[in-house]
Amino acid sequence: MSVFVTLLGHHMRLAWRSGHVGLALAFMFIAVTLMPFGLGPELKLLRALAPGLLWVVLVIALMTSLDRLFQADFEDGHLDQLMLAPLPLELVVLAKLAGHYLAMVVPLLLAVPLAGFLLNIAPARLPSLLAAMALGSPALVLLGGIGAALSVSVKRSGLLAILLSLPFYVPVLIFGTAASSAALQGATLGGEAMSAQIGVRLMALALISAAALCFAPLAIAAALRAAQK
Amino acid sequence: MKQGLRYFVDWVHPTDSALAVEGLACRRGLRPVFDNLCFTLAAGQALALYGANGSGKTSLLRQLAGFLAVDGGQVLAVPSCHYLGHADGLKAALTVDETLAFETRLQNRQGQISDILAIIGLAGRGPQMVGDLSAGQRRRLALARLITAPRPLWLLDEPLTALDSQGAELVNDLAAAHLASGGLIVAASHSPLSFAIKSLHMDDFAAVESAGEQSAAPA
Repeated sequence: MSVFVTLLGHHMRLAWRSGHVGLALAFMFIAVTLMPFGLGPELKLLRALAPGLLWVVLVIALMTSLDRLFQADFEDGHLDQLMLAPLPLELVVLAKLAGHYLAMVVPLLLAVPLAGFLLNIAPARLPSLLAAMALGSPALVLLGGIGAALSVSVKRSGLLAILLSLPFYVPVLIFGTAASSAALQGATLGGEAMSAQIGVRLMALALISAAALCFAPLAIAAALRAAQK
Repeated sequence: MKQGLRYFVDWVHPTDSALAVEGLACRRGLRPVFDNLCFTLAAGQALALYGANGSGKTSLLRQLAGFLAVDGGQVLAVPSCHYLGHADGLKAALTVDETLAFETRLQNRQGQISDILAIIGLAGRGPQMVGDLSAGQRRRLALARLITAPRPLWLLDEPLTALDSQGAELVNDLAAAHLASGGLIVAASHSPLSFAIKSLHMDDFAAVESAGEQSAAPA
């Protein structure tokens, strides 16, 4: 257990120092500030689109940080050392992804309310949006990790990693925006029906994340072992 | 320095740790590299691998470490190992202290980081970023991994690369201490290694390529 925590802290520190966090945050805010120029300054339209836009921006910001997740370790020989660590590679991978999540994704999630404010999001919709993002983002990191691991031995494979993980992202995005649109229809449905609708979709997101938590480390470890040469 | 080393020699190795390789074969792509390679190594022995570039020294070490699949034959009783390869596996964004703290905590060992720094000749470099170290200093830091955790088998790929004469002496001292405590070493090198009592010339096991394929093996 302490080995796991050590690895988690190590990768969290590395992810933090890589400077990707600032880049992803900058991307998020640039995208959000450009939206009104592209869509027109109509406040009603922005308010209606805000949850979907925020989801897409979050997914793309996440993707840009994932492409080199394992490649740096692969190239500088750190992966060899991780494979010899006194812990199964599956758990080493899980520790690395958890460190990445804490250093990279949590700051992005914390920035979502501010980005939503720039899109004139209805404050009442923020809790359900944040809940959906918090439940869905682990799946995004875990599934994106599979793409990054599969393309680890290919030089300049950023785009390949994104292409590989993109199909896995679609269900998360669908359920994520569905949870937000259920909140949007809340006025016509009435309070109780609305919270039931949201609850079902949040549970679907949690289910996807839980399944990814079980299977992604296995797939990633297998891909990394197969890439060894 | 010798006294410092003795501190790390209190490792208890299983006395039956040994390594045996039987009829090992390796292919890179379609090209066979070596075939029918055999050796045994008992506790306290070191094996030096010599051979031309491309004769499979690194491939053999990576097979022993379990990174590469074995294309024939078998490796018997591989104890847990350290692998020191061409890439030193260090992170430029960490300081020397952080690197060593990570390595020692990874092994659940109470680390005396300043002692280790003194042994590897990097005393006082603790707060420096690894990215700012020279190639030889990085090599020394990679060597520190060998003494932060006791593992019976050391796989060293060109351990003397980038090291000055004192650095080479350090490798010899570390290896001698490791062997004295019953460890095993397999090391690939182009220059003779004084601590190795056994040697293996990879060219003797060069795979015979079947007719029609390019004949590349040098005499």
